Amino acid sequence: MVARSWHGPAEALLLPLGALAAALLAFGLFVWFGGSSPVEAWTLLFRGAFGDAFGWQNTLQRAAPLMLTALAVALPARAGLTVIGGEGALVLGALGCAALPYALPGLAGTGGQGLVLAAGALLGAAWVALAGALRQWRGVNETISSLLLGYIAVALFKHVVEGPLRDPASLNKPSTRPLAESLRIGPISPDSLLGDVHWGLVIGLLLCLAAGLWLSFTASGFALRVVGGNARAARLVGLPSDRLVVLACALGGGCAGLAGAVEVAAVHTAANASLIAGLGYTGILVSFVARHDPWAIPPVALLFGGFAAAGSLLQRRLGLPDASVLVLQGFAFVFILAAEALRGRLFQLDMPTFIKPRLVAVAGRAV
Amino acid sequence: MAPELGFDLLLAIIGGAVRVGTPFLFVSLGECLTEKSGRINLGLEGVLVFSAMAGFGGAYLSGSAWLGVLLAGCSGAALALLHGLLCSLPRVSDIATGIALMLLGAGLAFYLGKPLIQPQAPQIPSLALGAWSSSPGVQSALAINALFPIGVALAGLLAWGLANTRWGLVVRMAGDSSDAARALGHSVNGVRIAATTAGGFIAGLGGASLSLYYPGSWNEGLSSGQGLIAVALVIFARWRPWRCLGAALLFGGAGAIGPALQSVGISGGYYLFNAVPYVLTLAILVATCSPQRQVKGAPMELGVSR
Repeated sequence: MVARSWHGPAEALLLPLGALAAALLAFGLFVWFGGSSPVEAWTLLFRGAFGDAFGWQNTLQRAAPLMLTALAVALPARAGLTVIGGEGALVLGALGCAALPYALPGLAGTGGQGLVLAAGALLGAAWVALAGALRQWRGVNETISSLLLGYIAVALFKHVVEGPLRDPASLNKPSTRPLAESLRIGPISPDSLLGDVHWGLVIGLLLCLAAGLWLSFTASGFALRVVGGNARAARLVGLPSDRLVVLACALGGGCAGLAGAVEVAAVHTAANASLIAGLGYTGILVSFVARHDPWAIPPVALLFGGFAAAGSLLQRRLGLPDASVLVLQGFAFVFILAAEALRGRLFQLDMPTFIKPRLVAVAGRAV
Repeated sequence: MAPELGFDLLLAIIGGAVRVGTPFLFVSLGECLTEKSGRINLGLEGVLVFSAMAGFGGAYLSGSAWLGVLLAGCSGAALALLHGLLCSLPRVSDIATGIALMLLGAGLAFYLGKPLIQPQAPQIPSLALGAWSSSPGVQSALAINALFPIGVALAGLLAWGLANTRWGLVVRMAGDSSDAARALGHSVNGVRIAATTAGGFIAGLGGASLSLYYPGSWNEGLSSGQGLIAVALVIFARWRPWRCLGAALLFGGAGAIGPALQSVGISGGYYLFNAVPYVLTLAILVATCSPQRQVKGAPMELGVSR
């Protein structure tokens, strides 16, 4: 069969949708083996996420950090690196945001908000850039090093939160001192249907948009994609590969750090263990489903934010463990990767064809 | 520090090296076999968590620790088989598949393991190698996980098998030159799937050691990166099974520093001491890797060392 011009875009849409459908199907089977009704699970999954205003608010709140942690995977991926240190950058960003007022007690107002967010972004950027630098200058596999750095970051976070920066008032749940009221990020419009949805969502959307614009329409963005597409060619034409790779890692890490800072400033108000909730890991999945395209990240983040939001409903109504969303994410990841094998061949598959029987001879004479 | 405190600390670290190092040993042996065939399985982190849960569940339901160990190995093999099959598809990267398996293994383990958090399961017996000594410190340090000698034997078997048997040669050929393996009529994907699955079985035994010996219970924080450290250990061990044993003990010792300090009453910086293995792994990776050349002893087809 001939390849046609609409095959590419159609595949780009059909493959992830098919993979997600397969993941939902597998999840349904899994739930069914556990004795629950798969149809009910599917319904609850979508009702909890997008069924009413409360579901939407919950979904949007969860999607905001996912967009940012997905960017932490997508940007380095466009430079050819598989960096999965988003979780580490996120907790360090949260720590930076919560710790800055200790050093500068006079922070307040919009400038102060900007500074605490920037502190988080900078820490996250430095952490992931380290993985990129180790890979470019020392040849250390960036996937392994970024994940190790993530564990180290979590250990540092726990040490600092339960040790030097612990708020004596936080008794059974060690936290840092809560951010001053004027440093917190508020809801976009508390009186409308959006409810508690905070400005973090806007930050996430804007950064996804900006990252896409940068990759598509600027010289440095193009150079980055060349480095990721063919590192040898990039060296031959004299692109500064090392610097571009580290830049992509730093920008990605900055996004994840910002996610942590926003979570502190808008949701938790202080750094504590609730921040270590696997947002960085879900971000990996979001980025892979979006094929590392920043513009595709927001809808995918919305979908997985929705599934996460529906998790508690599954728990309450069907008595499923809270890890059921993790299982669904795991299935989705496996099927997304498997779908990659069909890329470029989806319309070339040998479908069983039914050819109408045709007379070749009548009464012994060929027709 | 008083001299007897130092001695107690040293004993606790030596004992801990074996106790904490046993899962490292199994996972790094499994990864060693997988990587020898030319694939990297980062998903052994997920395999470790999942098999720890399965081993605990098997031991709890059957009442026999050894049946649990067997179930842990088989469930590890099943998950690794999925990795092997997925990676055999065109355009599917083994690194990405490994990440997917990490998430899937943890998700399945947390889901299925929910009812297993409370109960007690029969434990793997320990071998009292310190029975000759009258000091309880020595005795407890030398009470060794019965899986540990099995791991040592497995390291020897792997070292001998990879060097001296036909199967070992085929595995190494698939890892060093897939063209040569194909020319001799071997299915490269078939060999790699088999090696990955066998590696998953071995790593699953490490999971059983986690949930059935030390710490000896099932909870969701059971493994945090041990599987991944073990994957990095293989680079440090230069893909030699015997050196995996040494590396596992070294890292076991590093991982035992935190609990050992706590056992003698020093609890400040607990989290920092627990992060020592990660820092050590990273330091060793930085020291051994180089952008100019491949790490010595690396299988030629392997992406991770380039």
